[in-house]
Amino acid sequence: MARRDRIAAGSAFVAAAAAAFVLPDWMISLATIALANGLVVLGLIVMWRAGLVSFGQALYYCMGGYAVALLGRWAGVTDAFLLVLVGGLSAAVVSFLVGFLLARYREIFFAMLSLALSMILYGLLVKTESLGSTDGLNVIVPTFLGYAPHREKLLVALYLLVVVVCAAAALLTHAYFRSLAGALAIPVRDNEIRVEFLGMSVSRLIHTKLVISGMLAGIGGALAALAVGHVDPNMSYWTTSGEFVFITILAGAGSVGAAFVGSLAFESVRSFAFAMLPQLWQMLLGSVLLLTILFLPQGLGSLIKRLHWGRGAKAP
Amino acid sequence: MSVLSAFAVLIDGLVYAAYLFIVAIGLTLIFGVMKILNVAHGSFFTFGAYGAASAVGIYFNRGLPDAGGYLLMVLFAMALGLVLGLILERGIMRWVYGRDEVVMVLVTYAAFLILEDVVILVWGPGSYATYQPLLAAGNIEIGELVVSNYDLGLIAAAAVLAAIYYWALKFTRYGRLLTAVIFDRETAAAFGINVRVVYTVTFVIGAMLGALGGAIMAPKIAVTLGIGVEVIVLAFAVVAIGGMGSIEGALAGALIVGICRAATVHLVPQVELFVIYAVMALVLMIRPYGLFVRAQPRKI
Repeated sequence: MARRDRIAAGSAFVAAAAAAFVLPDWMISLATIALANGLVVLGLIVMWRAGLVSFGQALYYCMGGYAVALLGRWAGVTDAFLLVLVGGLSAAVVSFLVGFLLARYREIFFAMLSLALSMILYGLLVKTESLGSTDGLNVIVPTFLGYAPHREKLLVALYLLVVVVCAAAALLTHAYFRSLAGALAIPVRDNEIRVEFLGMSVSRLIHTKLVISGMLAGIGGALAALAVGHVDPNMSYWTTSGEFVFITILAGAGSVGAAFVGSLAFESVRSFAFAMLPQLWQMLLGSVLLLTILFLPQGLGSLIKRLHWGRGAKAP
Repeated sequence: MSVLSAFAVLIDGLVYAAYLFIVAIGLTLIFGVMKILNVAHGSFFTFGAYGAASAVGIYFNRGLPDAGGYLLMVLFAMALGLVLGLILERGIMRWVYGRDEVVMVLVTYAAFLILEDVVILVWGPGSYATYQPLLAAGNIEIGELVVSNYDLGLIAAAAVLAAIYYWALKFTRYGRLLTAVIFDRETAAAFGINVRVVYTVTFVIGAMLGALGGAIMAPKIAVTLGIGVEVIVLAFAVVAIGGMGSIEGALAGALIVGICRAATVHLVPQVELFVIYAVMALVLMIRPYGLFVRAQPRKI
């Protein structure tokens, strides 16, 4: 990481953490959800760099959420750290198993098969009475290593947890992007046969990316479940996946930070639009998506880069 | 399983397959020719259904002959599809031709989101009951089973549509041009086929077929917000099973999904929703590109 980026990342983290004590409650809960969803978007960026778009990321998101709900309900686990860890791991296991199938597919077929898989989970959840059917399940109130806050304090504690998890995920993903396996993503997108001629297994590379993005989505789902206090099968519906892809396009795959900035922007636009134009918010979202694709194909992140270029900064 | 329930499964399955086929045929046409997985197909369906609901509201209960009502329903919906298809193709799609397939999916997804709210603006958030055509058609008893004539008409409509489609593709001038474009767009363009015009016409026909599907289904469902959301994933599943862009594939996919769903509804209703996507995943596991499409060699 360049020094300037390190300073920027560090100050963003401190600002995000400090915001917990300044911002009003509704903004904190909005930011909590947005950052949790930002983890899912980060996972999509991991795959997007290799040219893959998953329309079924909601599968892992939902797995993470339900793992938290069920662990709290059946095993009485309340520790937030443990719950989030299990949520992420269960999604990682699912994506590892599913990966043997998915890693063989590309382009539109990859998108469709991942969509089908998430719809399978949706179909199962809707019809399973013991898992709450369409009503879903309530999630227990979490504790933090024995500390059991209430109301406003719980809100702040959850927010701080999400900020810390996001920071850790961002650092690790950034490190992955700079590793050999991560750096090979772009060659895989451009021409995977050439990568294979170099002696790398493309399907193993893609399988790894699937597991990483599945785990990130699972952690995101687990955090979102804790923040909302409820899970339902819609977490696994294709429109949920569509939303994540939407944010990815909005953010662009330029950098790790873009995932969180994009997610915050999306959540703000959505709650603004939902409050001001309840009948027109989908139209607004659709228009934003369309304009982004037409005029900013690299996402909002590219705007920042263009500014850097303008100032004569070093090329990224 | 008794003979009666086997027969019931068959009839239910065929009715559902007919519905799926009508919805999927437009989707697979647009994909075959333009390589666009059109999420906005769900919007065409929605507009068709709402259009038909309006037409039924205007026409029925006035003592006019029923046949005119069916005609008006279909014509009104297809006119809506025509207008909508033209607007989308000329206004949005033509600016993104040549971009990545996945980007095109997202463009149609954006169009879908926008159109969802246009529906609210035009028809309001309430739902419409459009049962009159279903009642007017009456029932028929086959053995001990009571079957709606409308359902049988649906099967016939799907069969006629498949026949027309096959004839148009194989025996008309435009159909042959289309086949050439499907096979290889660049060579077709090099031979002087105006690919742009073919694209526009194809997209509009696809939109009209989507709207037709909505119109035909309107009497059987509650026409309400969000019907397009479900239809689009169902149509995806059918098209993916058969192989995207293949018309025989759409037929086979619709039959497979229709019969499987009907069988599970009768035997194990708990897994109804699940089975459609499970079948899709299973087929794709064995034949990644669907039943009726040959695997593409990888290009360097």
